[in-house]
Amino acid sequence: MAEIIDFSTFVERKPDGTAHMTLAVEGVGCAGCIRKIESGLNKLPGIVDARLNFTQRRLAVDWRDGEIDGARIVKTLQQIGYRAHPFAPERAEADETRQAKWLLKCLAVAGFAAMNVMLLSVSVWSGNVSDMTPETRDVFHWLSALIALPAAAYAGQPFFHSALRALRARHTNMDVPISIGVVLALGLSVYETAAHAEHVYFDSAIMLLFFLLCGRYLEQAMRRKTRLFAGNLASHKAEFAHRLDGKGELTRVPVAALQPGDRVLVRPGEVIPADGSIIDGVSEIDESLVTGETMPRAVAAAAKVYAGSINFSGALTLQVGAAESGTLVDEIERLLQKATEAKSRTVRLADRAARFYAPVVHATAALTAIGWLIAGASFHDSIVTAIAVLIITCPCAFALAIPVVQVVAAGQLFRSSVILNSGDAIERLAEVDTVIFDKTGTLTLPDPEVDAASIDLAMLERAARLALSSRHPLAVALARRARQRTPYPGASEAPGRGVRAVIDGQAARLGSAGFCQTADAVACESDASFIFFACGGETVRIPIRQSLRPDAVAVTQALAARGLDLIVLSGDRPEAVGPVASRLGIRQWHASLTPAAKIEAIELLKSQGRSVLMVGDGLNDAPALAAAHVSLSPITAAHLTQAQADAVFLGDRLAPVLRAIVVARRARSLMKQNLALTVIYNALAVPIAIAGLVTPLIAALAMSGSSILVTLNALRARLPMRGERISEMRVPAMTVPMAEPEAKTRGPMAPAAVELMS
Amino acid sequence: MNVLLYLVPIALLLGLTGLIAFLWTLKSNQYDDLDGAALRILPDDDIGRTNEGA
Repeated sequence: MAEIIDFSTFVERKPDGTAHMTLAVEGVGCAGCIRKIESGLNKLPGIVDARLNFTQRRLAVDWRDGEIDGARIVKTLQQIGYRAHPFAPERAEADETRQAKWLLKCLAVAGFAAMNVMLLSVSVWSGNVSDMTPETRDVFHWLSALIALPAAAYAGQPFFHSALRALRARHTNMDVPISIGVVLALGLSVYETAAHAEHVYFDSAIMLLFFLLCGRYLEQAMRRKTRLFAGNLASHKAEFAHRLDGKGELTRVPVAALQPGDRVLVRPGEVIPADGSIIDGVSEIDESLVTGETMPRAVAAAAKVYAGSINFSGALTLQVGAAESGTLVDEIERLLQKATEAKSRTVRLADRAARFYAPVVHATAALTAIGWLIAGASFHDSIVTAIAVLIITCPCAFALAIPVVQVVAAGQLFRSSVILNSGDAIERLAEVDTVIFDKTGTLTLPDPEVDAASIDLAMLERAARLALSSRHPLAVALARRARQRTPYPGASEAPGRGVRAVIDGQAARLGSAGFCQTADAVACESDASFIFFACGGETVRIPIRQSLRPDAVAVTQALAARGLDLIVLSGDRPEAVGPVASRLGIRQWHASLTPAAKIEAIELLKSQGRSVLMVGDGLNDAPALAAAHVSLSPITAAHLTQAQADAVFLGDRLAPVLRAIVVARRARSLMKQNLALTVIYNALAVPIAIAGLVTPLIAALAMSGSSILVTLNALRARLPMRGERISEMRVPAMTVPMAEPEAKTRGPMAPAAVELMS
Repeated sequence: MNVLLYLVPIALLLGLTGLIAFLWTLKSNQYDDLDGAALRILPDDDIGRTNEGA
């Protein structure tokens, strides 16, 4: 079927008649790929330039508008062997890239200045104990000032801006004492240079900036990497919709391009692309991603449907529309807003330390000056000593103590398939004492599985091979079991009912009970859906149910063993939730919950002083995720839900949940250790400074020493953990190795994920 | 100590050259695709060809 594909929302047209598009490409893994893609595209007429960014797995294409179009480019890539997804970079990502460049520039300037000032300082230090003349020393000091002052004015901007912002908002952060320390150290040094003094602190000030910028850049780079990765994943997931125009012609458009009022055709087996109401057609839809309910719902004209539901049996025409008030989505939006407002602002460990630290440091410096004045020192000497105290306590190590641990831990989580959305999620994850799971799509896999226990294998193989000819979601689940991947010739589908074919001379049917002419009742087990297969006078009933994630039992046990309380809150029926909870050994479970009831349950736990981790994927979980202390969701989750989660995990396993908590707890203890280390450092260095014995040499040694110490301690987070081998845990026998040549309807593109993470 | 008159400026100039070179590489987006740069030198299909753009 010749379909028109419209990519125009992703194309950027330039005034010189060229067009530009960015694509996220899957399956790029080697040097050959770069050449294959670039030369393959450059051969096409009309292409101006095609360049693949291997690090980001993104392809930038420019072409002369009118000679070729986006659809042709995507098709060519597909012929070469790569799936490409048009991609609209988020504004936030562009901002982060600009920010990274700026930080790197500051870092370069600070690095240059630190090295050159050090060159002069070391000469002065050795000159001071040998034969340097005061005139030469003055020249060296002035030269240092010449380098350090402009460099600090430029490279210190990230800190000065942040400190000013904090002060304007009438609170303080770590950047306030840093800025004060740097400015005072430079000011004092200029004054001392003019007074021909022996000691100046240009090197300390600029080295401090250099160290801090290193930490800041690493932190930012980690954030940027996760955002980039999340952006690629989102584009891999991007779905297409069949839009109907006025004449009834179909165009394939990206979901992002749909406008309210558009009419969309949804065929059986397809995911409903947008919220809206049905104007034509009768079908059953699976709303498990929306409500958690696993039983399909019958829908007809005028029914409201939500994005992410799967159309089962009949073709539907739907009118895209913003949900009217009173609908589920509206209710969820309202709850979400309330939950986000009510969320108590957790104070980050670093800010708490800063709040305590800045006043103490400044008070100590002031007391030092007063103390020396009372003791009879000159005004000049007292001030110099007080500023030396400020320099030595300038929280270089403090400002590195937490970010460096965060960077290392986030990198570790990234490698275990957990992508953080917010920076302070690690601290909050470490505090968790109660874990709440949603059932459908969280404890269970998002795609249903065949329960083949009681079925003859030969029959199953035939049924599965016949299922290859159908697009019904249950048949698709069954078809994954087929060992032979070629459909039976001559198989025909009766839409909404089943498929029939002739197998080995016998008529065979696969589909509903009525289609297979069997009177089997469906009443007995309600946590499964059934598909019937009739062949040669024999009829079997194949149950298809949501199966647990392969390591769900092991992970829940491990979580319980760590003293965490586990609770299941589901929107599904009690008879579907109960068996799952009992298999996992979770005693507390509640079923048939509305989004509001989930929030109530969380609020109740919070009022008992619990820190709740919510793990959920459905649209109905979004408010609960926002209300919880910290939240996780699988990558298959609804868009709105994923946006609320503090972190997203990839893959079919539940292990990342356990891993996230373990890594976060260790990171938190390392953060505390690092804070303790800096306190010890200060306890040793401050008395020396108060006594007036700090020379620039001592200041330089103490500051770089403590920074290196906390950085090394943070790196311990990368060492393998004692007895922690959950990633290599054996998969229980309940999963079957299944042939999976094509990507699943809702699944993430796992190979691409692995590539980017390697 | 007359040697300082030209040694110090030379040292500073060298450092400054390094800084400017780094800023130039940054400006021309040379750090955008570090992994790709490592792989792009591997294929040797450019040998024997002249004037191959892009």
